[in-house]
Amino acid sequence: MDFINELLHDQNKVSRNLKKLFWIIGTCLFLVGFYGWIVRINDGHIKANYGSIVTWGLWVAAYIYFIGLSAGSFLVSSMVYVFNYKKFERIGKLAVFTALVTLLMALLSIWADLGHMGRAWHVMVYPNFKSPMAWMIYLYSTYMLLLIVEIYFLLRYDLVTSANNKTLKGKIYKLLSLGSKDTSEKSRVRDKKIVKVLATAGVPIAILFHGGVGALFGVVAARPHWHSGLFPILFLLSALVSGGALLTLISSVFQEGWTKNREIVVELGKMVLGLLLLDILFQISEFLIVYRGGIPGHVAGWDLVIKGPYAWVFWGWQGFVGTLIPLFLLTFKTRKSPQWVALAGFLIAAGIFGLRLNIVIPGLAVEEIHGLTSAIYSHRVDPHYFPSISEWMLTFGIVGFGMLLFGLGEFFLPKSYEANSHLSSEVKI
Amino acid sequence: MARYAMVIDTTKCVGCMDCVVACKTENNVPEGFNRDWITYETIGKFPTLHMEIRSERCNHCDNPPCVYTCPTGASHISDIGGIVLVDYQKCIGCKACIAACPYDARFVHPDGYVSKCTFCEHRIVQGLDPACVASCPTHCMYFGDLEDPNSEVKKLLNSRKYRVLNPETGTKPQIYYLI
Repeated sequence: MDFINELLHDQNKVSRNLKKLFWIIGTCLFLVGFYGWIVRINDGHIKANYGSIVTWGLWVAAYIYFIGLSAGSFLVSSMVYVFNYKKFERIGKLAVFTALVTLLMALLSIWADLGHMGRAWHVMVYPNFKSPMAWMIYLYSTYMLLLIVEIYFLLRYDLVTSANNKTLKGKIYKLLSLGSKDTSEKSRVRDKKIVKVLATAGVPIAILFHGGVGALFGVVAARPHWHSGLFPILFLLSALVSGGALLTLISSVFQEGWTKNREIVVELGKMVLGLLLLDILFQISEFLIVYRGGIPGHVAGWDLVIKGPYAWVFWGWQGFVGTLIPLFLLTFKTRKSPQWVALAGFLIAAGIFGLRLNIVIPGLAVEEIHGLTSAIYSHRVDPHYFPSISEWMLTFGIVGFGMLLFGLGEFFLPKSYEANSHLSSEVKI
Repeated sequence: MARYAMVIDTTKCVGCMDCVVACKTENNVPEGFNRDWITYETIGKFPTLHMEIRSERCNHCDNPPCVYTCPTGASHISDIGGIVLVDYQKCIGCKACIAACPYDARFVHPDGYVSKCTFCEHRIVQGLDPACVASCPTHCMYFGDLEDPNSEVKKLLNSRKYRVLNPETGTKPQIYYLI
C-alpha cells in the first residue's frame, strides 16, 4: 500500500504518464486491427471461428458491450442535462462524447459481423417491423443523430468564441461551428434549452434501444439461456454499470480526477457501487430461478457458464476481477480515494465484457436437438468456440480506433467543462 | 392454397445418408455446410430400447421465428405452399435467424448470405419431389400437400402416430416423423 501511495505521490505526473500510455496503447491496438480488417475483407467469415452452431461470437459480444457503454454513459450525462445534477456537471460533455465514440465502436463491431457488409442499408429500405433487431437499428440510428446534434449545441458557443483563421484549432472550430457566429446570451440560453430537450428525448430512446438489444436476445424462444423477461432490464443495468465505471476512469485520466476533481470520481464510485449491487441482485435472481426451476435447456446454458470449459470467464474475470475486487474497493476505506475508485471502475468495465461473452456464447453453444452437433463432421458445426486471431485483432483494432478518436476529440474539442458556467445562474430553463 | 409438408417414417430409415448426398449435389451446397443431415437418438432404457434415426432439415414452420426476427424481410414465407425461403439478394447476413431457429437448420454461405433447405423449390414447381425424397432408397420420406385430403402425406398423418421436433418452441413445424 505504501509503495503504491509513493508511486502515485505526484498525481499530475502520474496522470500525464497515463495519458501517454493511453496514446501508445491506442495506437498499437489501432495498427493491430488492420490485420483483422484485411482478413475480414479478403476472406469473409472463413478465418473466423464462429460457425453454424455458435453463430455469434466475439464481435457480437463486443457490439453489445460497446453499445452498452454508450447507453450507460449517455444516461449518466442525462443526470446533468435532464435532472440538473450539479455534482456531475463537469463530466457531462465528456459523457456525451464517450457515448458517441463507443456507439461508433459498437457499429464497427457489428458491421464486421454482417455476412454482407455492403448491404447494411437494406434494413432501412426493406423494413420488417416485426423484427426486434430492425427496431433496435432504427432506434440507435435516431440516437446517433440525436447525439451529434446534442454535441453540436453543447459545444457551439465554445466553438464560435474560439474560431479563427490563424491556428489549426481555430480553423477546425470554425468548420465545426457550421457558420454560426452568434455569441449572445440569448443564443446560449437557446442552446441550453435545445440540449435539455434533446437530452430528455434521448433518455427514453437510449432505454428503448438498449432494452431492444436485450429484447432481441430475450425473444428467441429457441435459446432458453436468453429467453427471460429479465434480459432487457439486465442489459440496461449492465450498461449503466459499465458506462458509469468507464467514466470514473476517463475523468481520472482526462479531467484531473485525482487532484482537482476528486469529488466527482468518488461520487461516480458511489453511483457505480449502487448500480453494481443491483446488477448482481438481478443476476443472482436469474441464476437461482434457473437452477431451482430446472428446465433442461435453461440449466444447460448456465452449466456451461459456471462449469464449462470457459468457467474461468465467469468465476475469474467477471466474478473475481470484475465484481469482487471492485466491490471491496468501493465499500471499504479505498472508496474515498479517487485512484482506487478509478481502478475499481476499470475492473468493472473490463468485467462486464466477461458478462457479455457469457450471454452470447453459452446461449448458442447449447445443443438444440440431441445429436445435432455430431451429425456433421465440420469445424463449422462445433459448439466449442474460441475467437480466432483475426477476430481478436479486429476487436483490438476497434478498441484502438475508439481510444484514438476519443483522444483526438478530447485534445481538439473545447474544454470548458463547467457547462455554461459563465451563464448567469438566474436563467431558468 | 397448398401447404407443403414432409413426412418421414423413422421406422423405415436406415441412416444411409443418401438424402444428404442428394441435397449437396442438387443444391451445390459448399463444403463444410449442410442443408440436411442425419441424427441418431437412443430412446428408452436397457433392455427395452431402440434407436431412432432421423433425416433433419428446415421444418418450414407455420410460425417461423426466423421470419419474424429477420430485420430486412429476406427470410419470408413463400407463396409456393407456405414454405420458408431466404431472398439471397436482400439478406445482410446478420445471423439473427440462425440464432432464432430451434432446429439449427440455417448457415451462413461463404458468400455471406444465409442459406438453408428450400424443399427444392425449383423441383417442386415442376411437380417433382425434393431431391432427398426422390433419392431415398427405403422410401421412408414423403412429400406433399397437407391441404389435399387425398395426398399421401395427409393419409399417413391420419393413420399413423407421429411427432414433430421441439414443439415447445411454438413454431408449428411441417416435418412430421412417423414413430
